[in-house]
Amino acid sequence: MALLRWTKRHLVVLAGLLTLGYLLLPNVVVTVFSFNAPKGRFNYEWQTFSTDAWTDPCGVAGLCRSLSLSLQLAAWATLGATVLGTMIAFALVRYRFRARGAVNSLIFLPMAMPEVVMAASLLTLFLNLGAQLGFWTILIAHIMFCLSFVVVAVKARVMSMDPRLEEAARDLYAGPVQTFVRVTLPLAAPGIAAGALLAFALSFDDFIITNFTAGSTVTFPMFVWGSAQRGTPVQINVIGTAMFVVAVLFVLAGMIVGNRRKRQKP
Amino acid sequence: MATLTEAEAPPPPSPAVPTRRTSRGRGRLVPYWLLLPGVLWLIVFFALPMVYQASTSVQTGSLEEGYKVTWHFATYWNALSEYWPQFLRSVLYAGSATVLCLLLGYPLAYLIAFRAGRWRNLVLILVIAPFFTSFLIRTLAWKTILADGGPVVGALNALHVLDVTGWLGMTAGDRVLATPLAVVCGLTYNFLPFMILPLYTSLERIDGRLHEAAGDLYATPFTTFRKVTFPLSMPGVVSGTLLTFIPASGDYVNADLLGSTETRMAGNVIQTQFLRILDYPTAAALSFLLMAAILIMVTLYIRKSGTEDLV
Repeated sequence: MALLRWTKRHLVVLAGLLTLGYLLLPNVVVTVFSFNAPKGRFNYEWQTFSTDAWTDPCGVAGLCRSLSLSLQLAAWATLGATVLGTMIAFALVRYRFRARGAVNSLIFLPMAMPEVVMAASLLTLFLNLGAQLGFWTILIAHIMFCLSFVVVAVKARVMSMDPRLEEAARDLYAGPVQTFVRVTLPLAAPGIAAGALLAFALSFDDFIITNFTAGSTVTFPMFVWGSAQRGTPVQINVIGTAMFVVAVLFVLAGMIVGNRRKRQKP
Repeated sequence: MATLTEAEAPPPPSPAVPTRRTSRGRGRLVPYWLLLPGVLWLIVFFALPMVYQASTSVQTGSLEEGYKVTWHFATYWNALSEYWPQFLRSVLYAGSATVLCLLLGYPLAYLIAFRAGRWRNLVLILVIAPFFTSFLIRTLAWKTILADGGPVVGALNALHVLDVTGWLGMTAGDRVLATPLAVVCGLTYNFLPFMILPLYTSLERIDGRLHEAAGDLYATPFTTFRKVTFPLSMPGVVSGTLLTFIPASGDYVNADLLGSTETRMAGNVIQTQFLRILDYPTAAALSFLLMAAILIMVTLYIRKSGTEDLV
């Protein structure tokens, strides 16, 4: 009876934890199977424990090349989208201008459009222009779909900034450039950083739009997609696990630093 | 002299409003210069392609001889009459995945917002953490989880869940892989965080005193949820369902990796037409139809749910 009452009271918590388990189960499987020594070409069934893939992560032809290409693409796409997106965000929050509604919908629509539609239409453009599909077409596409997310992230931050701080800077005889570099930019930095991180993650992990605009260029997600057809090397799991661990460590470190700062500056 | 007065300024975050004074006349152009590169990028690589796509869909011709605009609208009719099952499947699978995401995601969002206490940030990180591994690798992991004769399929069989889903036409026999259930399961999994995060944001904003007030007025916990919490979380429900349904209905990765030829969705057809069969007019027409279908459904949904200030 007591157990029943306890269950009833914590039903939400139990259901929530089950969902969390559902979300994390594939990551557990990916990690466990990075230590597998599969028979045959596919790494879907557990055979025996082995660390072979961990000691030789680049042992599969083309895998590390695709990884480095994806990292380069993500870095350039992040740079492009962050610069363009931050400029738009500042214009939207700080200025009044004509065609504001049109600009807002132009930013909203790419986020509300299924990826496959954007990918297909972009491919028709490239085909019509006779563009050579490859690194540059992928980069163009990535900057395009990351842009909106940066605008949203930076806009939220700039809107919540206290304008009196910049006024104070100007009152203290800071020039426009000095005010921007010393006051505005540091204040907006968390929003810009959030937008940049989001852009990096979106670009690095993008498959559908890349699939349409890549031609025969192979990014990391394209490599995984191809391997799902031809045979999945264990190294894919190794890289997936390593990325996961590195990212979680980064987040935890950021949290600890943030907490410490909060404590130091009450 | 371009001066931004209080009346023209965007909604101010605090009583003090930025008054921007520029001594030179060309200061008026600053917002346009800021907008120019980004907006141009979106016009050329987002809006213009849509126009190209629309024009491609009414062209006829072949790869060798080139295509000409002939206003051949029959392409739409042919595409629809040939591929309506895939379109129907897209709506059904994405719809089921959205409902499942809401049912699974709500308790977790509620848990993070009201019950997690000092664990809140940790649970939030765990919700986002799967994103750190490529989604294709994680989707492939479902092949292992749902493997024939594996523990998950065994458990579902023992609980007679597969009998029910089999009766619904979602599974066939003792298999889960290569059935609609596997595709819906993969879609639900892939888009669940997009449901949880907006739900959490809107739940977190609810004033806890409203719950207390409901309790003081003799509402049972369930009534409190039905009359107070859930209505107040509606903005999160609406944006969560949109963020789940839209990408899910265009997805072809789950249907390809976890499904079979019997589970192909609209995205799969567009992908094969464009990248393998190279029938560009049909592919463009299909893509245009998908876009139109989604825009219509989303508009109706937003009207109906009465939250038009989502943007």
